[in-house]
Parts: sequence; structure tokens; C-alpha cells
Amino acid sequence: MMNVLVNRITRLGSFVRSSIAGIGHATKMFITVISRSTGLFKRFRLISDQVFFLGNYSFVIIAVSGLFVGFVLGLQGYYTLNRYGSEQALGLLVALSLTRELGPVVTALLFAGRAGTSLTAEIGLMKAGEQLSAMEMMAVDPVARVIAPRFWAGVIAMPILAAIFSAVGIVGGYLVGVPLIGVDSGAFWSQMQGGVDVLKDVGNGVIKSLVFGIAVTFIALYQGYESKPTPEGVSLATTRTVVISSLAVLALDFLLTAVMFST
Amino acid sequence: MQSLNSPTLAALENVTFSYAPQERNILEGLNMSFARGKLTAVMGGSGCGKTTVLRLLGGQVKANSGKVLFEKEDISLLNNEGLIQIRRKMGMLFQFGALFTDMSVFENVAFPLREHTPLDEQTITDLVMLKLNAVGLRNARDLMPSQISGGMARRVAFARAVALDPPLIMYDEPFAGLDPIALGVTARLIKEMNNALGATSILVTHDVPETFAIADYVYFIANGKIAAEGTPADLMKSEDLFVRQFIDAQPDGPVPFHYPGKKLRDDFGITGAAS
Repeated sequence: MMNVLVNRITRLGSFVRSSIAGIGHATKMFITVISRSTGLFKRFRLISDQVFFLGNYSFVIIAVSGLFVGFVLGLQGYYTLNRYGSEQALGLLVALSLTRELGPVVTALLFAGRAGTSLTAEIGLMKAGEQLSAMEMMAVDPVARVIAPRFWAGVIAMPILAAIFSAVGIVGGYLVGVPLIGVDSGAFWSQMQGGVDVLKDVGNGVIKSLVFGIAVTFIALYQGYESKPTPEGVSLATTRTVVISSLAVLALDFLLTAVMFST
Repeated sequence: MQSLNSPTLAALENVTFSYAPQERNILEGLNMSFARGKLTAVMGGSGCGKTTVLRLLGGQVKANSGKVLFEKEDISLLNNEGLIQIRRKMGMLFQFGALFTDMSVFENVAFPLREHTPLDEQTITDLVMLKLNAVGLRNARDLMPSQISGGMARRVAFARAVALDPPLIMYDEPFAGLDPIALGVTARLIKEMNNALGATSILVTHDVPETFAIADYVYFIANGKIAAEGTPADLMKSEDLFVRQFIDAQPDGPVPFHYPGKKLRDDFGITGAAS
């Protein structure tokens, strides 16, 4: 009985210790990535190539998802607003929901599933195939040459994708609200124009998606870089990328919302 | 230690190494030297620490104690900058080539040139084509690594490893998993490259006939130490039990066939004389 108790406490202790060590290790890696990015902006091609790849990976899924989320927002928004006789505000509701919340968050979740997993798998396979070791032996730092460009590309791509998501979503909301249900087109757009603040709504949404870009891309790259160089190791790392970055996005979203919109 | 009347380019002095403090020592008090301009082979069974020797020389892992010398400099003491400087003088061929899968054959070979030299595009093209020509793959320049065979990948990696004409070239199991033709081609390339560039080559392998045909000097590693050393001709005549077991490919000998543990009679409950 005593033994079982001691074992449990030992396991808890070692879990806490290894978790703290893991966070420390990741933070060190994060600082390394940032500090080795200085030379990168002279070779912007390395980043822009990755922005192109990551953007292409995620564009279709994000545009299509944006459209459907817009459709649903149009329907649900109308249903609720209609009860208060204020269906004219549908455009405002759709735009605010998307720019403040759904655009950054859903984009980050989709990006984690689409681009994040492929980044983890790519880096993990490069490690398993000794490509990173080979680069090291060629006197090229893999963190500066492989990790850093992908990291910055993710940070740049995320707000752009979130903007695409929100824009397509607004079109989706319009299609359902105006031609289908019959909300007044002028009211739809003018309420949106009058009610959405560039800095408070759109600006904060962009800040959110930048933070999510940093979090999701770094988690994906870190998981790939630290994965065991075996098929099981890479598949495990890919799963962890989705789980950890989804939770991180939702938790960060709560924190950011609390800070941004409480005032 | 080898004495081929050549000055030493790289050496290991009394090196002990383990991957983690509590794990067993992979190398224990190992002494080796690699003569300039010669092709030295490091042989031994799987998991004996052959590849670790290359990783130590490349500075990818650090020795627990002892010195790892390259041009009289101790690699274990270098920082990241120092390692980058010294690695420019080394080329390494990995076991399965380790080609960058997102780049074409041409770009793979051009990679070290683009990263480390300010050469213009035309010069880079000329140099890459020369290297690809030397390995017989000039016409495969536009293929991706996924489109070429294992033997071809090894040759591309070979061209990439010597792109900057390094003074030291290290080969990690270059013969593993090759068909007889590719095997012969690779062995010939290693020897030719060594002669043509005047480079020092270290060949880590367990392939006896190919290695003995091209190596100048051979080290055998077992249990983290040098088990035997000498020129291929000396070793062929050796009476040493370990060398004989290895060269003649005997299943049992100093390296036992059975994983050590309980005796057979204990496992089967035999009480008679059988062991």
C-alpha cells in the first residue's frame, strides 16, 4: 500500500520535472531560432519560398471553410437577430464575429492541421534521413537554414490566411443573408462599414493571428526537430503537433480576448 | 597506430565516449590516427562504435574524455563558430546519402557551393557538372532524389561531399545495401577520389573484400577498443581470433553467436551433461 503511494508520488514528481524541463528546452530552442534569424532577411528568398508553399498548402481548405462558416453565420445570425427585429445588423454581426474571433482562431486550427502537420513530418523525415546531420556536417546550421525560414514563413502566412478566411466568410454571410433570406443589401454593408473599427476589431484580429502564427508554426517545427528519427517517432510528433497547437490556440485566444476586449 | 611515413591529419587520443552518463561506454580509451593522403578503414561489427568515430571527428558529439584532433586542434573544445570553420574542411558521405529531398540532384551538389562560396551562377554550374560527371550522373542533374536508385543517391551524395574539395572525406557505410555493380562503382570512386584529390579518407564499413581491396590501413574496433590494426595484407595473414572470425565470417568465436545470459540447460531444465 505504502509502495503504491510512493510510486504515484514519484511518477507525479517526475512528470512535473520533465514537463518543466520540456518547457525550458522549447524556450531555449525558440530563442535560438530567433537569434539565428538575423542573416535570414538578407536571403529573403528562403522565407518567400516557404510562404508560397505554406500558403498553397492551406489556401483551398481555408477559403472553402471560410465560405461555409460565413454561410452558417448568415443563417444563425439572422435567426437570432430576427427575434429582436434587427436583421439589418446581420452584416455587422458576420464581420465582427469573423475579424475578432472566428477568422484568426479557425484559420489557426486549420493551419495546424494542414500546414503544421506537414512541417512536423517534413522536419522529422529530414532528421530521420540524416539530412539535418548532413547539413551540419556541411558547416551549415540547420536551425538557421531550415527551421528559421519556415518559422517566419508561418508567422507571415497566418495573418494573410486569416484575412482570406474572414473576407470569404463575409461573402458567404452576404450570399445567405441578402440574396437567399432577403436582408437589405445596403443595410448589410453600411452597418458593417459603420460598426467595424479598423484598429480595435481588425487590428486586434491581426495581432491574434500573428500570435497564433508564432505558436502553431513553432510548435510544429519544434515537434519535428525533437522527434525520434524513426517512423513511429515522426507519426507521434505529427499527432502531438495537432493536439498541442490546437489547445495552445484556444488557450491563447482566451487570454488575448480577455486582454484586448476587456477595456 | 599506423606509421605510413605520412604526417597525421586527424587522430583520437585515449577517447572515451557514451551517449548518456548512465549508459555503457561505446568507446573506451580509443587511440587512432589517420595519415594524410591515405585511405584508412575503420571496421567492426554493428553497434561497435564505428560511426561514433566519424561523429566525434565531425564534432556532432563530444568525447567524455581524451582528445579528438584535426590538424592538431582539439575538436571537443571548439564552440559552434569553430566547428563551422573546421567542418568546411570535411566532407561526409552518409549511409543512405542523406540527399535533400526537396532539391534536384543538381541543387544538392550545388548546395555547399551556394552556402559557402561567392561564386557566380556560371561557375557553380560548371563545378557541379564536373563533379556530377566524375560520378557518371551528369545527365541525371534534373531528377529529384525520389526518382533515383539507392546506388545513384550514394553517388550524388558523393559528388556533394567533395564539392568543395575537402582535405578530409569521411564515408559512413558506403557499401551498405548496394548491388554488386554499384558496390564496385562506389569502391572505385572512393579510391579514385582519394588519389585524385590527395585527400585523406576515412572509411567506416563492415564489408571485408571491398575494403581490403582499396584501404591503405585498417582498424578493427571491438568493445570500444582497437581489437586489431594493420595493412590489409598483414591482417589477411593475422592469426588473431577476432580478425579471423571477422574476415572469414564465422558465426561463433570471440564475438559469440548467442546473446549472453542464462545457460541453455537452465532454460530447458536439462540436468544432464549437456551445456
